[in-house]
Amino acid sequence: MMGLRLGSIRALAFLAVAAVVACGGAATQGKGSVHVLAVWSGSEQDSFKAVLQPFQDQTGIKVEYESTRDVDAILQTRLQAGNPPEIASLPSPATLTKLGGQGKLIQLDSASNPVLDMSTFNSQYAQGWIDLGKINGKLYEIFSWAAVKGLVWYNPKNFAAKNYQVPASWQDLITLQNTIKSGGTTPWCIAVESGAASGWAGSDWVKEIVLSQAGPDVYNSWWQGKTKWSDPAIKSAWQTWGTILGPNNSNVYGGKNQILATNFANGGDPMFKTPPKCYMHNQASFITDNFVKQDKAVAGTDFKFFPLPDVNSQYAGAHVGAGDAFSMLKDTSQARALIKYLTTPEAQAIWVKRGGKLSPNKSFDLANYPDDITRQVAQVMTGAKIFAFDAGDLMPTDMKNAYWKAVLDFVSDQSKLDSILANLDTIQAKAYTT
Amino acid sequence: MTIASERVATPAAERPFTPEWLGQVFSKGLLHVAVIGITLVWIVPTLGLLVSSFRPLDQFSSSGWWTALSPPFKFTLDNYTGVLDASNLGQSFFNSFMITIPATVIPVTIAAFAAYAFSWMKFWGRDMFFLALVGLLAVPLQATFVPILTTFVNLGLTPENVGFVGLWLVHTGYGLPFAIYLLANFFRALPTDLFESAEIDGAGTLTVFFRIVLPLSVPAIASLIIFQFLWIWNDYLVALVYVGGTPEVAPLTVTLANLVGSKGQDYQLLTAAAFFSMIVPLIVFFSLQRYFVRGILAGSVKG
Amino acid sequence: MDFSQLLADVPTLVAVIVGVPAVLAAYIVGGEYVVRLLPDKLRPSVRPWIWVGPALAFVGFFLVYPVFGTAYRSLFDLSGNSFVGLSNYVTQLSGFPSGGSWIAIRNNVFWLVFFTVLVLAFGLLFAVLTDRVSYESPIKSLIFMPMAISFVAIALIWKFMYSYQPPGEPQTGTVNALLGIFHQDPRLWVQDPNVANQALIVAAVWGFVGFAMVILSAALKGIPGDLLEAARVDGAGELTIFRRVIFPLMMPTIVVVGTTLVIFALKAFDVVYVMTNGNYDTDVLANRMYKLLTASQDFGDASAVAIILVAAVIPVLIFNLRQFRAVEARR
Repeated sequence: MMGLRLGSIRALAFLAVAAVVACGGAATQGKGSVHVLAVWSGSEQDSFKAVLQPFQDQTGIKVEYESTRDVDAILQTRLQAGNPPEIASLPSPATLTKLGGQGKLIQLDSASNPVLDMSTFNSQYAQGWIDLGKINGKLYEIFSWAAVKGLVWYNPKNFAAKNYQVPASWQDLITLQNTIKSGGTTPWCIAVESGAASGWAGSDWVKEIVLSQAGPDVYNSWWQGKTKWSDPAIKSAWQTWGTILGPNNSNVYGGKNQILATNFANGGDPMFKTPPKCYMHNQASFITDNFVKQDKAVAGTDFKFFPLPDVNSQYAGAHVGAGDAFSMLKDTSQARALIKYLTTPEAQAIWVKRGGKLSPNKSFDLANYPDDITRQVAQVMTGAKIFAFDAGDLMPTDMKNAYWKAVLDFVSDQSKLDSILANLDTIQAKAYTT
Repeated sequence: MTIASERVATPAAERPFTPEWLGQVFSKGLLHVAVIGITLVWIVPTLGLLVSSFRPLDQFSSSGWWTALSPPFKFTLDNYTGVLDASNLGQSFFNSFMITIPATVIPVTIAAFAAYAFSWMKFWGRDMFFLALVGLLAVPLQATFVPILTTFVNLGLTPENVGFVGLWLVHTGYGLPFAIYLLANFFRALPTDLFESAEIDGAGTLTVFFRIVLPLSVPAIASLIIFQFLWIWNDYLVALVYVGGTPEVAPLTVTLANLVGSKGQDYQLLTAAAFFSMIVPLIVFFSLQRYFVRGILAGSVKG
Repeated sequence: MDFSQLLADVPTLVAVIVGVPAVLAAYIVGGEYVVRLLPDKLRPSVRPWIWVGPALAFVGFFLVYPVFGTAYRSLFDLSGNSFVGLSNYVTQLSGFPSGGSWIAIRNNVFWLVFFTVLVLAFGLLFAVLTDRVSYESPIKSLIFMPMAISFVAIALIWKFMYSYQPPGEPQTGTVNALLGIFHQDPRLWVQDPNVANQALIVAAVWGFVGFAMVILSAALKGIPGDLLEAARVDGAGELTIFRRVIFPLMMPTIVVVGTTLVIFALKAFDVVYVMTNGNYDTDVLANRMYKLLTASQDFGDASAVAIILVAAVIPVLIFNLRQFRAVEARR
C-alpha cells in the first residue's frame, strides 16, 4: 500500500517534470552565467525575469536569478562563507553601503577598468541618483527603478459627494481633515501591520514630514546619525504626524487597534466601503495593485492621488522616494555586462510597462508608462524640487528596525514620545559605529 | 477530509465496537463526545484556511471564512491555479523529493545504529556522549551556518559540484540528536530477556539488531520517519542557505514562498500553497500510521 | 530548462533511493565483519565505536564544532577583531528586568512552562482518548494535520484567527467573532503586549500537539495489550489503569517528549519571527540572536546569546541523566 502510494507520487513528480521540460525553451550555452540575488518574488519576479530575457537572448549569458525575502541574511551568510552571488539587489542600500565600506563590492567607475561607460551614465542619470550610489566618492551601486512615497490616495466619488476639494497646502489638508471629522467620519485610514517589518508604513509619514518640514539638510544629517531623534526638528515631525493621527488616533478609522492590527496592504480598503469609513490614505504607488484586485476599484474613477502637501513652504516640492540598487560582488565579464544592461532605459522600460515601477533614467520616455496615474507619479518624481531617498532604507538596519518599532509605540501611546525618542537616541549612538 | 467528516457524523451509538470497560469512568457517549468535540475545535483553524483557499481575494479580506458556508456561495479555484502556475513547480517538487528522501533515510539509519549502541552496548563515555547529544538539540541552527558553509566552500561541497549531497549531510547532522534521543529511549525499553535469549541462541549483533530490535521498534521508527520527513519537507531556511533558491535546486517551500510578492502581493495564494505542500507529508503520515499497532510485544513482557 | 540535466537527474533519484540505504547497510555489515576478525577480547570495546562512529562524526562536525566556534566568538567584539572577555555576556545579562536579554529570557521561561505543559497535556490526552475509539486513524490524522503545515502558513492561519475589525463591524477573525457571540467587544491579540505572548504560544501549541501525540501514541501502542486486559479483569477502573499502568510505563517517553518540548521552547523562533519579530514584548532568545546576527551584524553579542541558550539546557540534562540512570537501575 505504502510502496504503491509513494510510487505513484514519484510518477506524478516525473510527469510534472516532463511537462516542465516540454514547455522549457532552448538552452543557452557556452557564454557563461551570472548569479543574481534579489528580493523580488511573485509577479515582481516575473517582471524582473522579463527584463532579463532580452539580455540572455542577445548575449547568450544565462542569468541565474535567486529570490528570497531574507535577502540580507542570506547575502551576509554567503559573503562570510566566501560564496557570494555576482550581483545583489537589496531593498535597503544601507547594507550595500556597509559592504562597500568593508571593501566587499566592486567599484563600478574605476579609472583603469570601469564597468560602466561613465560619460553615458553621467549624462543619463541625475546627480542625486549617482551620488546615492557612491561611497567615499567611488561608485558602487546603480539604481534601475524608483518609486515615490507620500502619495495621498482618495476616492474622487466620495470627495465629489461631499464636495471636498483636493488640498493645495498643508493648512488646506488640516482644514479638510477637520471638516471630514466634523461630518462624523474619520478622515484617515492608516495601517502599519507587516509581520516582522511592522511599523514601516507609519515611518513613511514621519520621514516625509521631516523632509518637508525641516528640509533636506536636517533630513540628511538625521539619517546619517548626526542629528539626534530628540532634536526639536525631528520631534516636531512626530508631533506633526500626531496632528494627523489626532488625540488618541481619533482621526483614523478604528483608532489605535485598527492601525496596529491591519496589514498595510488592506490599509485603504475602508475608503471603498459604502458609506466610506475614511477619505484619505497615504501610501506609495504600489498600493494601486491592491485597490484594483481587492476592492475592484478602477484607476481614475474610484481612486486618484495628490502628493502630500508641503508642510513648510520654504521646502516646497520636497518628495521622498525609494529605488532598487544593484551592486557587483564578484568581477566577471558576465556580471559587468548585466550591470551595464540594467542602467539602460530599454531594460528599465520592460518592467515600467508591466506596472509598479518608475525609471530614474533622465532619457526615459514618459510614453512608456502604462497608465495616466503612473505617468502622474513619474511627474511628481521628475518635477520634485527636492528629492530625497527613503531615510529608513539609508539608516543602519538596527536603526531602521528601531524606527519601525517606535512607530508602533507612538501609535500605542502618543504621550510617550519623549521616552520613545530617548530610546531611539540610545540605539542611534550604537548603530552607526559598526 | 470528506471521509473523515462522514465518519465523524455517524452517530456514536450505532458503532458496533462497544468494549464494556468504557462504562466505568467515561460513559461510551461521553468518550465519543470528548474525542469528536476536541477534534472539531482543533480543526477550526485548518478548516478556516481550507475554506479561505477557495474564496476570491475581495471576499477573503472583507468577511469571515464562515460566511462563505452560507449562500450566496462564491467559491473559486483561482488560488489553486495560481499555485499550479508557479513557473518551476514540477522541478521543485522533484527537488523536494531529492532533498527529503535521503535526508530522512540517512539520519534515521545512522541514528538507529547509534541508538542501539547507546542503549545496549557498554563503552567509554557513553552517558556523557548521550547527554551531550541531548544538549546539542538546543543549538540554534542559525549560529552554525557560517562555519559549516565556509568549510563546504573550501572543500568544494557546493551545489554546482555535488548537487544536494551537502544538504543531505547538513540535515543529517542537524537531525541526529533528536533521532538518536528518541530511538535510544525506545530501544532501551525493550525487555532484557529478549537479548538474553538471543544470546543463548548464539545470534550475532547484526541479527539481534535487524531481527529483534528493528521489528520491535517499528512504531518509534515510523514516528521518527514522519517527523524527519516533515521537517525537511517544510524546511525553508537551511535549503536556502546551503543550496540556494535558483530554479534548478529550489525545493517546494522556496518556490511556494516566492509566489507572494516582496510586499505581500498575492498573499492569498499561500492558503492554497499550504494545502498543496501538505499533500505529501499527509500521505507519508497515512501510510506509516498503520504501523502504530498495539501488542507487538505481547507475551514478552518485563516486569 | 536544460533537458539533459533533468534526464540526468532521474537516474540520480533512483540511485539515491537504492544507493543510500545500500551504502549504510554495507557499512554496518562490513564493520561487523571487521570486528569479527578481531580477537574475542577486543570485540566489545571496538564494536560500539563502529555503531556510534558515524553519528558522532556528523554531530561533531555539524554541531559541536560550530558551538565551540560560537563560544570562542562570544569573547570578541562585534566585528570579531578584539578580545573583550566576558563583556558580551555582561551586556546581555545586565539591566534586569528589562535591559539586555532579560525580556527575551522572561518570555522564554513563559514559553518553556506554557508551551511544554500544554503540548504535553493535549498530546497525552489525544493519544489516550483516540486509542479507545474505532475511528482513531482519521481523528489522529486531523489532529496531526497542523504538523504538516509550514510555520509561515501557521502564522498566516493565526493572523486570520486573531484578525481585528472595529467594534460594530462584522469580524473577519474567528476568535473575535466568537467573542462577539458572547457580546464582548473585539480586542487585539498579537498586538497587545498583555496577551501577545499567550497568543503566539497558542498558535505554536496548536501546531505542535501532533508531535507529542504521535510519539506518545507510539509508546502507548508499545504497552502490551494483555497487561491492560489483566488489570481490567482484576476490576481496576480506567483512571486507576491510567495512573498505575499506562502512566508509569509511558514515563520514559513522556520525559523524552517533555525534554524535546522544553528545548523547542528554548529555541522558539519561527512563530515569533513571522508574527511579531519580537515586537509587543514578545522577543525570545533565538529571535534576538537572529536579529543580532543579521540586522546588527554583531557577532560577539549574537554568539553570547546563543551560548546562553545552550547553557540554559544544563538543568534539563541533569534531569535526563537521573532518568537515564533510573532506567538502567531497573534493568
